[in-house]
Amino acid sequence: MPDIMNSLYNIRLLDSLARKETPVHRMHPLVKVLVTLIFLIFVVSFDRYEVIRLMPFFLYPVIIFMLSDIPAIPFLKRIMLAMPFVIGIGILNPLFDKHILLINGVAISRGWVSFFSILIKSVLTIAAGILLIATTGMDKLAAALRMLKIPKILVLQLLLTYRYISILMEEVARTIRAYLLRAPMQKGIHRSAWGSLAGQLLIRTYDRGQRVYHAMCLRGFSGEYNTGDNARLNIKDYVYLLCWALFFVVAKIYNIPLIIESILAGVIR
Amino acid sequence: MSHHKLEFKNVHFTYPDGNKAINDVSFCIRHGESVGIIGSNGAGKSTLLMLMMGIIFASHGEILVGDTHVTKKTLPMIRQRLGMVFQNPDDQLFMTTVYDDVAFGPRNYMMDEEDVAKKVNYALEVVGIPHLKDRAPFRLSGGEKRSVSIATVLSMQPDILIMDEPTSSLDPKSRRKVIDLLKSFEHTKIITSHDLDMVYEVCNRVIVLKDGRVMADGAAEEILVNGELLEECGLEIPLSLKSCPKCGSTIKRVKECHIENL
Ligand SMILES: Nc1ncnc2c1ncn2[C@@H]1O[C@H](COP(=O)(O)OP(=O)(O)OP(=O)(O)O)[C@@H](O)[C@H]1O
Ligand SMILES: [Mg+2]
Repeated sequence: MPDIMNSLYNIRLLDSLARKETPVHRMHPLVKVLVTLIFLIFVVSFDRYEVIRLMPFFLYPVIIFMLSDIPAIPFLKRIMLAMPFVIGIGILNPLFDKHILLINGVAISRGWVSFFSILIKSVLTIAAGILLIATTGMDKLAAALRMLKIPKILVLQLLLTYRYISILMEEVARTIRAYLLRAPMQKGIHRSAWGSLAGQLLIRTYDRGQRVYHAMCLRGFSGEYNTGDNARLNIKDYVYLLCWALFFVVAKIYNIPLIIESILAGVIR
Repeated sequence: MSHHKLEFKNVHFTYPDGNKAINDVSFCIRHGESVGIIGSNGAGKSTLLMLMMGIIFASHGEILVGDTHVTKKTLPMIRQRLGMVFQNPDDQLFMTTVYDDVAFGPRNYMMDEEDVAKKVNYALEVVGIPHLKDRAPFRLSGGEKRSVSIATVLSMQPDILIMDEPTSSLDPKSRRKVIDLLKSFEHTKIITSHDLDMVYEVCNRVIVLKDGRVMADGAAEEILVNGELLEECGLEIPLSLKSCPKCGSTIKRVKECHIENL
């Protein structure tokens, strides 16, 4: 029960984080969406045995994180949430792929390399996604997607699903609270009540969703979600986009860790 | 101004499950009137309001706003003129800040952002909550939420204000604030409630519903003191109008004569 209240709070935490005023928050949402997209494409484009070359890409989430004043613990927690799935997907690689790779003279099983590659890519992409939402907010994100000419129906779907999750969780919290108050000796919910509870929830959230939708319609909602600020892109937005794009391209073409290593080696020698 | 009138002509409505919620209802509400719609639980009040707003459509009969029929086609026009405040503010507030929520309506009517800001600030000012502008609606108290949901409707500057139980679940102070707010509006008002004291204060006309039928329709002072009628419809004479068991005068005067005996 406290868990679900907590998750409700957590979902809304992203909304409240999105209202902060930092240089990152002030960037145009469109630019942030584009940078995130480019970032994702580049990260995913690396070969499955490349681990070292992914490292420079950590610069992006780290910098955004530092600039955007987002609390570390909730941020890390959200990344960790996805880890069980990622590990589940990647964990068989070391078992099946037992070729040996030589990296800088160290012999490593190729399976483990690809496992780490998956892990790192996931952390990078999830972090980028969370940062995007936490610095932009769902409403502006949707507006940006509309500017990218993503069909109205898809954007709406995304938005309403996001809204609907909190409605669903509120109902769940209320129902479970009502149940537990009348079954004080119990831990959790007895399985005999699962069916009717789930049915109740479905109907209640459906009703609730319907009422919210009506309320939207009554205020002139016709499928277009207007968030109000259709500010134009200005110079700093273009600069932001260009700088990151440039950095990603450079990190893709050149092996930055190798270059740094050779420079360091040169200095030492 | 005749185009502000709202008329029901022999309206029937049956829910899909066969429940006949509205049964041959007719009335006409003219500009500037404030009308209380009262009735026990399940009398059909909320259903009536939904019919007005075109959320559901009558099975028989017609509903006119001004000279326009409420049909799917005329909905955008009608909804711009009627503003409805829901019984549960949580149903009405869904944006991430109070400001955005109040701006939601005006933005849908494609105003430019400056006009929107004007309307939003006006509405927040009227309701007396400019300080809540940047708060998240779901973190407000019940009374504050109610004020915000009233503001979301006012920002669209409707001709007719419709409210479902505006004072339910409010503490006495918030209730008083909402009542005073309602009294200060010049709009045509339609209010459903069980809070008959509030209805007595705010409304000059009362329509009594029972099982989907209109049982009475007339001046508030007459209907709200008619104990027999109210009893029959599952209601009670409001406290402020009840006569004192001792001397027969109403509470207002009782206060002056022998409050210690109450
Ligand atoms: N979605 C629905 N499907 C079927 N019947 C319904 C539905 N909603 C309401 N009813 C029925 O219609 C009748 C009128 O309901 P309505 O909600 O209009 O009452 P109300 O006067 O607003 O009551 P309350 O004071 O409790 O809010 C009731 O008998 C109710 O059971
Ligand atoms: Mg009702």
